[in-house]
Amino acid sequence: MMGRYQFYGYRRENGRVGIRNHVVILPLDDLSNAASEAVAHNIKGTLALPHAYGRLQFGEDLELFFRTLIGIGSNPNVAACVVIGIEPGWTGRIVDGIAKTGKPVAGFSIETNGDISTIASASRKAQEFIQRASEKQREICSIEDLFVSVKCGESDTTSGLGSCPTVGNLIDKLDPLGATTCFGETSELTGAELVCASRAATKEVGEKFMQAFRAYQEVIDRHKTSDLFESQPTKGNIEGGLTTIEEKAFGNLEQLGAKTKFIEVLKPAAAPDTGTGLYYMDTSSAAAECITLQAAAGFVVHLFPTGQGNVIGNPIEPVIKLTANPRTARTMAEHVDLDVSGILRREMTLDEAGDRLIDIMIRTCNGRLTCAEALGHREFVLTKLYQSA
Amino acid sequence: MPTHFIVHDKADTVGVVVTEDVQPGKDLTGWIMETDETIALKSLDAVPLGHKIALRDIKSGDTVLKYGHDIGRAVANVGKGRHVHVHNLKTKRWS
Repeated sequence: MMGRYQFYGYRRENGRVGIRNHVVILPLDDLSNAASEAVAHNIKGTLALPHAYGRLQFGEDLELFFRTLIGIGSNPNVAACVVIGIEPGWTGRIVDGIAKTGKPVAGFSIETNGDISTIASASRKAQEFIQRASEKQREICSIEDLFVSVKCGESDTTSGLGSCPTVGNLIDKLDPLGATTCFGETSELTGAELVCASRAATKEVGEKFMQAFRAYQEVIDRHKTSDLFESQPTKGNIEGGLTTIEEKAFGNLEQLGAKTKFIEVLKPAAAPDTGTGLYYMDTSSAAAECITLQAAAGFVVHLFPTGQGNVIGNPIEPVIKLTANPRTARTMAEHVDLDVSGILRREMTLDEAGDRLIDIMIRTCNGRLTCAEALGHREFVLTKLYQSA
Repeated sequence: MPTHFIVHDKADTVGVVVTEDVQPGKDLTGWIMETDETIALKSLDAVPLGHKIALRDIKSGDTVLKYGHDIGRAVANVGKGRHVHVHNLKTKRWS
């Protein structure tokens, strides 16, 4: 008999638990997208993750690139991974990184082989991986096994009133049960940064957050040509009634709940390393970039409050959408996993909304496809820190 | 009775319209979440769903409060019951 806070997940070789069983065909670089997509076309049920980067990156940007790709392959929602790169060196670096999890992984490189031979060899390996993965059984897992990320998008004022505090209510309920959770969006805490820092578990963690916050402000100050109006807040935010970044930030912060403290600061795409609890990750506030970084850090299910109706998904981390905006719930119903607009009509309490979100999250963990999965939203966007060499 | 607007914090100078029918001259019912109080306000503008309405007279230069916190500066005088948005409220950041 399953308890309220248990779910059926896939336990991986390293003990971590996934809620999906993907076999990923991962290109090292832009040049390898075509071969990766061909393999995914050949071998049914596998998933190619084309992206734009991987050439002539250097320094911290290159480190982030490797951390992201290795992290995606290592995510417990991935059963096995085929890596295809233009040359064997960096391909091998990704393979070796993913292999530390103990999961099946193999690398193929194109130079001296060409696309067609590479596709043939990689397809044979992909077939072996998908048939093996298809026999993997789900088992009962508990909240301590679950890594949950949060980030809102196309927010409006209903986000701060309803959908973000619903996520916060879930965080407050799951934190004492040993969930590992993560929020990010550094620029979107502008105006609320001191309140955010006060939500750190220790003064040291609060100061680490402020360092990351100030570094991000320096990037904005260096490149801005305006007060970021229509970028942050976005045009959609403004349409929805949000006027300033400060207002947006306080709405965003509602996702942290009323009492949960964050225990550590993570670099982008870095895996949590100090036990269960709430983590802050230094990320962009653009939805696809942020969720890709959270997926690369090993988070397996994402909670996404939206106001005006951002339609984001992620290829390997299911994205659950909730909205408190009654018009969005009505006009974009196919994108909305949970309608909490009853909070605005005072027909639903925050406590009830939080319980409903826990229920839909557990169902998603058990295998229910999210709206974004059913609609094929697989936005996979790497964060680039600066130009390539 | 429908709730036309919601206020996060008792100290706030703006509330959020949560229905799609707020027209000039309409008598509105509001709910303050923090204190669970019900308040009345007459709208002087058409205010779309999700947009803010002034709960008191706000002078140009005043800090506008929402969530009990500073969300920016009024750049025009705003009468009680008026629409508050990009035409009369600006960020204090990144300028």
